[in-house]
Amino acid sequence: MIRLVPRAEASAAWQFATPLLAVLATMLTGGLLFAVMGYDPVAAIRTIFWDPLFGMASSYSRPQLLVKAAPLILIASGLAIGFRAGIWNIGAEGQYIIGGITGAAVALAAYPSEGMWIFPAMVIAGAMGGWAWGMIPALLRNWFGASEILVSLMLVYVAERVAAWMAFGPMKNPEGFGFPGSRNLQQYPAAANPELIAGTGAHWGVVAAAAAVLVTWFLMSRHIRGFHIRAAGLAPRAARFAGVRPGTLVAFCLGLSGAFAGMAGLFEVAGPAGQITDSFGSGYGFTAIIVAFLGRLNPVGILLAGLLLALTYIGGELAQLTLQLPAATVQVFQGMLLFFLLGFDLLTRFRIARRITA
Amino acid sequence: MTKAAVFRAEGIGKSYPGVRANDDVSFSVGSGRIHALLGENGAGKSTLVKMIYGLVRPDDGRMLLNGQPHDPSDPRAARAAGVAMVFQHFSLFDALTVAENIALGMENPPPRRELAERIRKVSHDFGLPLNPARRVVTLSAGERQRVEIIRCLLQDPRLLIMDEPTSVLTPQEADLLFATLRKLADQGTAILYISHKLDEIRTHCDSATILRHGKVVDSCNPRDHSARELAAMMVGGEMRVIDRSGRNAGDVLLRLSNLSLPAPTAEGTALKNIALTLHAGEILGIGGVAGNGQEELLAALSGELRSAPGTVVLEGDDLGGAGPETRRKAGLLAAPEDRLGHAAVPDFSLTENTLLTAGPRKGLVRNGLIDNAAARRFAQDVIREFDVRTPGPHTAARALSGGNLQKFVIGREVMQAPRVLVVNQPTWGVDAGAAAAVRQSLLDLARSGAGVIVISQDLDELIELSDRFCALNEGRLSDPRPTEGLTLDEIGLMLGGAHGMEVAQI
Repeated sequence: MIRLVPRAEASAAWQFATPLLAVLATMLTGGLLFAVMGYDPVAAIRTIFWDPLFGMASSYSRPQLLVKAAPLILIASGLAIGFRAGIWNIGAEGQYIIGGITGAAVALAAYPSEGMWIFPAMVIAGAMGGWAWGMIPALLRNWFGASEILVSLMLVYVAERVAAWMAFGPMKNPEGFGFPGSRNLQQYPAAANPELIAGTGAHWGVVAAAAAVLVTWFLMSRHIRGFHIRAAGLAPRAARFAGVRPGTLVAFCLGLSGAFAGMAGLFEVAGPAGQITDSFGSGYGFTAIIVAFLGRLNPVGILLAGLLLALTYIGGELAQLTLQLPAATVQVFQGMLLFFLLGFDLLTRFRIARRITA
Repeated sequence: MTKAAVFRAEGIGKSYPGVRANDDVSFSVGSGRIHALLGENGAGKSTLVKMIYGLVRPDDGRMLLNGQPHDPSDPRAARAAGVAMVFQHFSLFDALTVAENIALGMENPPPRRELAERIRKVSHDFGLPLNPARRVVTLSAGERQRVEIIRCLLQDPRLLIMDEPTSVLTPQEADLLFATLRKLADQGTAILYISHKLDEIRTHCDSATILRHGKVVDSCNPRDHSARELAAMMVGGEMRVIDRSGRNAGDVLLRLSNLSLPAPTAEGTALKNIALTLHAGEILGIGGVAGNGQEELLAALSGELRSAPGTVVLEGDDLGGAGPETRRKAGLLAAPEDRLGHAAVPDFSLTENTLLTAGPRKGLVRNGLIDNAAARRFAQDVIREFDVRTPGPHTAARALSGGNLQKFVIGREVMQAPRVLVVNQPTWGVDAGAAAAVRQSLLDLARSGAGVIVISQDLDELIELSDRFCALNEGRLSDPRPTEGLTLDEIGLMLGGAHGMEVAQI
């Protein structure tokens, strides 16, 4: 018989080992799944994890890595701060959509005037939009004790409806021949978020994601507010004793993660996506939850996890093209990653012992 | 003279990972005797009685009950063999009546009417007035304990185990309890009585087994020894003598007036019109049975609960609406009762735990930036000055023993040189050596001119420390009285102990 024995202290070695183990286990089980489905498992794994970086089409897919990773890292950095405090913002997807809409609104209102102020104003508007959408669950929790998990999640679907309404209504491109969707901001230089260095995929969102990693690392490890956030997550009463006001903390965490998600939405709408459509939400907000946990809620970990998840996105698409793997593969892969991570996480707090049978 | 042993333990041993909780423990309890099991926290008393009650199984040795081998696999088997136990913490359903609660704990409860009759009879026979139809929520702590005791008595036990039964009782309620235990012993029941209160053991117990570090260090008749001798056996050395000298009451430091707060939670207690003054160099003791507003009062002083302007004034500084950080800057510091999770974050290192309260006064945080080196130095200072036994400041708070963490938590506040320090249950669950060190540090702090408020349920501690004493009862604070010359009886009445003496509404 095998049983689990609690450890006296969480194992530091396993903290680092579990994400790697989870990736390995995902590769193995994923390969097994492909084999059962009748695909060559080695080719499939190589297509997903290797080819996007070093394969034949890598000149196209390598820049995509940063394009996909930037919003994931930016959103996950904000989410991780709330998760550390025990405040569960599950609705980053909604804040991302609203941030895209409010940011785009500034551009569409300014169109066609030119000016250096337009893009910065869009970034601020995007952040404010996401912040405001995040404040709804914060205030409902502070005033009525409503669960921020449920409220933030449900607001995702509201945000999706808002995006559809915008695409078909107020933001519809007057020169778009009746097609739903806003003007394409990539074709509006004052508002566009272009590739900064050709061939890298790096746009302003990548810069923002890098800044977010630095800022959150500084906040959580050097600043007293980060200390209070960690204390609140581990021992809420001790945090209150230290002087933390729980309501303020809820508003701070949901507001900050909302603002980061909103900014990610703005960089997306002004760059890779180009326009507000009814399908603007692309799941970054949900995948970022996986990124946050895979990165151990640690800024540097999130950086690596964001790149890895971006790789599975691109590799999954590549596998669809070249091997005709079904589209759901990517989601299965990402789901497996989180599943294995949470499973192996048990080993940081427990060790396995053989029961001695009498 | 020696009556037949009801219970006998022979060479009992039990190990947990890293700890030898019991080692070669042997003793016996005779019929009709009240036998004390005496020892500091962590001496192995709880493990021992858990084995007798079937919650834990011993590794070595054997137990005999009425001459028969006693090796219960679970509490049900222990009860069937004639062992009953009253726990320190009650397991009663508030919403149910006394009779319903008792029926829930029985294997085959008789019909309700018959059970009520039996409860009345037992409670009458043993002088434990209790109305079986009352809801538990309306009962005092002493009355709740009676429910547990009667639940045990209905089983007709051969051996009754009482785990620190007087810790929640007023002195009058405790006297009533001992009268009952004596009656029960006279009928031939053996009683195993666990406590670290030396005086009550000397007054009421017939024999005592003293445990230290899991081993029996002595067996004696407690009446033949002074409390000091018993303490020395328990600790394995001379107790430190507390030095109260050298303090004079100075100017008023802290003034509470008209402090009223609604109960913060459904189970909490509202504070009603609290008023007190605290002078420099003074220790004010606040006694009371748990749940009468102690936690709320501490929170109202620490700043976790804010109150109306003018209700909390420190040296002319109105702090009523101020939060914990502002109050700390002004010099009003606090150490809550619950060490793990309130006074300290269990998963944080000691260094990190200094940042919980010492940031502003010790310059560990400047413009929001944490000075980790300064925090580590301060943690080291506290560890050294307060003799905290730990590998170092990087150790997680949860890895420290209760006494060591308490020394750290009190030390962290004392070493910030507060103007006023408020502590709740400063030596709760702490071994005697650490308790003496904590108490001395509070006296030293007062001698240096600070004011100290000690909230505690330990009357001996309050009498030992405080210059003036007041009682907290249902959120109301009595007028303070000088501790000198106050008798335990008077204190009991101040605590609202009169309810223990009421004739039950039968």
